[in-house]
Amino acid sequence: MNTQLSSTEIKNDFPILNRMVHGGKTLIYLDSAATSQKPVHVIKAMDDFYRHSYANIHRGIHVLAEEATQLYEMSRVKVANFIGARSPREIVFTRNATEAINLVAYAWARKMLNSGEFILLTEMEHHSNIVPWQMLSEERGIKIDFVPVLDDGLLDLSKYKELLDKKPRLVSFTHMSNVLGTINPVKPMTEMAHRVGAVVLIDGAQAVPHFPVNVNYLEVDFYAFSAHKMCGPTGIGVLFGKESLLESMSPFLGGGDMIRRVSLENFQPNEIPHKFEAGTPPIAEAIGFGAAVDYLNEVGLQIINDHEHELTHYALDCLSQLKWLHVLGPSHEYKGGVISFATDVAHPHDIAQILDSEGIAVRAGHHCAMPLHQRFGLPSSTRASLYLYNTREDIDQLIIALQKVKDIFG
Amino acid sequence: MDDFYREIILDHYKNPEHRGQFENSDFSFEDENPLCGDFIHIDICMDDEERVKEAVFHGHGCAISMASADLLLEKIRGKNLEEVKKLSKQDILDLLGIELSPVRLKCALLPLKVVKAAVYQLKEANDKLVE
Repeated sequence: MNTQLSSTEIKNDFPILNRMVHGGKTLIYLDSAATSQKPVHVIKAMDDFYRHSYANIHRGIHVLAEEATQLYEMSRVKVANFIGARSPREIVFTRNATEAINLVAYAWARKMLNSGEFILLTEMEHHSNIVPWQMLSEERGIKIDFVPVLDDGLLDLSKYKELLDKKPRLVSFTHMSNVLGTINPVKPMTEMAHRVGAVVLIDGAQAVPHFPVNVNYLEVDFYAFSAHKMCGPTGIGVLFGKESLLESMSPFLGGGDMIRRVSLENFQPNEIPHKFEAGTPPIAEAIGFGAAVDYLNEVGLQIINDHEHELTHYALDCLSQLKWLHVLGPSHEYKGGVISFATDVAHPHDIAQILDSEGIAVRAGHHCAMPLHQRFGLPSSTRASLYLYNTREDIDQLIIALQKVKDIFG
Repeated sequence: MDDFYREIILDHYKNPEHRGQFENSDFSFEDENPLCGDFIHIDICMDDEERVKEAVFHGHGCAISMASADLLLEKIRGKNLEEVKKLSKQDILDLLGIELSPVRLKCALLPLKVVKAAVYQLKEANDKLVE
């Protein structure tokens, strides 16, 4: 196996990256933290499925239904292996990471937590790991604490230790910040949380696409992520849950497939993970997701990680030459390829617009992390985020275009 | 792009003529565009003939929203309330002189929304004000 990634070859796997924008400028896509582009392997797998094997899954007694069921369940196995789950029974397909977190809030926390009990989150969470808990807090009188973020973009772990003394029932935090790029020490933090009896949920939406994650090694109880950020389609995500926990939970949505038996008086829920998958699921998306996992395995997740790490280091070095802006978050040793920056020279909207005119796609705004921006006293920031298909040339173009921002606004 | 950031927009963004705050205004309102964090507060003072004597803004936002605010406050000077209430989206586009995507349109129209909510003395602004 190659130990280095050939970005030119990789770029060719992604048809959209050959696209020209704004009258002949090559597209440079630096918005993968919002969503990743799709390799031809995934597009083809979904296309093939619709052309050859499409039918509804489970309980169909015909060729197509059997093939579709087998392909759908095979994707579950691939995903389970990809994140080191003990069994595919621990993989619940959801709509996305957001729905996975909401599932835990609704089907676990709503049942298990009592008024006055604590949940511990962090200041660097995406809204998807804040709002479900605020909703629950309003409904059930559950209290929420937040681990502070230090000026360098790392979590305040001594404060974390203190807050654990309040014996939170649930500790939930992001594996990697979608704004700062900070990679949090999940394993030791999980160990500490378990020592006080808390259940641990990790938002892995920015982690699973970019570096090897093994939920068994990390010993987390729940782990949420989305397919569309890891070369897969939109509309499907995952909640990993330890088997015993999933067994103990109430169903989530009611409907077909999540039941074993229904009478007019009551119902008996299906086995896990089907208990949490009511209605016709995103079948083609699951199959595309399986193809995305195959693709990432083929390229090699460690190789992708090394490539992004090197590229992030390079980008941070280049950006440090631009004295008029400052990058948020920790140094490259502690972060993934998410690079947000702020400046007094121009507003993020204006920066993004000028970069767009040069063919460069970045994101401007609060990136669904308003509390984190408030923490740093910023209304918004500009974010460039990297993936396996990005190159040093992409970064060079970014720097040239940023120089243009300075020329216009400087 | 050089068209987009026309001299007039950059000029009003960098050197606004109507930036400030009035202690005793006749009409005041503020609003934000939470999506991008733009925030704008506008104070309007009327003269004895019930016309806009002076209007000022403060806040933060992109070049489009800030330039739009400065140009708009220049335009409403000397107008009576009925004339201010009649201002539309098209008036803002004419002032800026550029084409805007739906996202950037929100930036451009925020100041007008705030001015209208102020003169209508509303508690909350809404998008219908700038249709």
